[in-house]
Amino acid sequence: MAKFRKGGGRKLGAISTASLPDIVFMLLFFFMTTTTMKEVTLKVDQKMPEATELTKMEKKSLVKYLYIGTPKKEFRKAFGTGSRIQLDDAFANDPSEVEEYISRQRASMKEADQGQMIVSLKIDKDTKMGIITDVKQALRNAYALKISYTATQKVNNY
Amino acid sequence: MGKKREVQEINASSMADIAFLLLIFFLVTTSMATDKGLLRVLPAPMPKDQEIVDDNVKIKERNILQILVNSNDELMVNGQPMEISKLREKAKEFIVNPSNSEELPEKEIINVDYYGNVGVTKSHVISLLNDRGTSYQVYLSVQNELVAAYNELRDEMCKKKLSMSLEDLASSKDEKDKDKYDVLTKKVYPMKISEAEPKSYGKEGGN
Repeated sequence: MAKFRKGGGRKLGAISTASLPDIVFMLLFFFMTTTTMKEVTLKVDQKMPEATELTKMEKKSLVKYLYIGTPKKEFRKAFGTGSRIQLDDAFANDPSEVEEYISRQRASMKEADQGQMIVSLKIDKDTKMGIITDVKQALRNAYALKISYTATQKVNNY
Repeated sequence: MGKKREVQEINASSMADIAFLLLIFFLVTTSMATDKGLLRVLPAPMPKDQEIVDDNVKIKERNILQILVNSNDELMVNGQPMEISKLREKAKEFIVNPSNSEELPEKEIINVDYYGNVGVTKSHVISLLNDRGTSYQVYLSVQNELVAAYNELRDEMCKKKLSMSLEDLASSKDEKDKDKYDVLTKKVYPMKISEAEPKSYGKEGGN
């Protein structure tokens, strides 16, 4: 049987914290390099659909975003529970506003990049196609033809 | 040289606190770069003054794979109900026409660089028509299966003729590889998915 040693045991030396800053700096650099600031505050609830054939967006400066989903709780009183389009920080009242939004976005890009613009559609998976079709028509009219349906990678292939 | 003056050491104990502060800031604002998506290209808009010509008439029936998705998220392929999981195989069979069947698109042998003689179905079209009430997830799944069908075929061709995977070919920096990739995606297996103007058959939910 082991005996408990009473009091006056070995004294533990203080752990040296001299390397703590180094460790923290390492973490700091990791997060600094991987971070991307949020483009906008989301006003709609979204769950991305799943797909397998995905491409990663390489150049962030070429990608413009467009969000569709049901308004978050705090906006439901004013905007209802139907699917809404969010452009920048505001809700769009009509899909035709997308056209103007795209031309504004295009004007803010470098001239050489304008032709390569990709519109990333971040759409909730339960949205009905009606509103999406309207948005797609608006994108066509604005000549924003390269689009990307944002989705999450499906893990298992049924 | 003069007398060596003793340089006082800077107290570095607050360094950790500063670093922690920065760390927490970046932890909060970070969102990992996970923006991935299914890339598609929309057709250019139709000129407004142009009369709409129903060009479906000109395409032979055997060259069309018509996919309909209704508002209950059910699939109909060439008049037959189908599960989404079977769509990929069906699309692949349609694109390649392996048995040179009369029912599937016309096949012709062409000679292309790098790949030699390959049989292609030049005039095939996959036509996708969805209802306004279709859910986005199902729509995207259908698109995904079609793109997957093309990618699998391209991958098979790559492995057979170039003994490398499509992924390697697409990401290669070599000019010749880029050319090979272009030939494969534009001549051997060009993606021909056309989306018709949507019609509303069923009641649109939600909105």
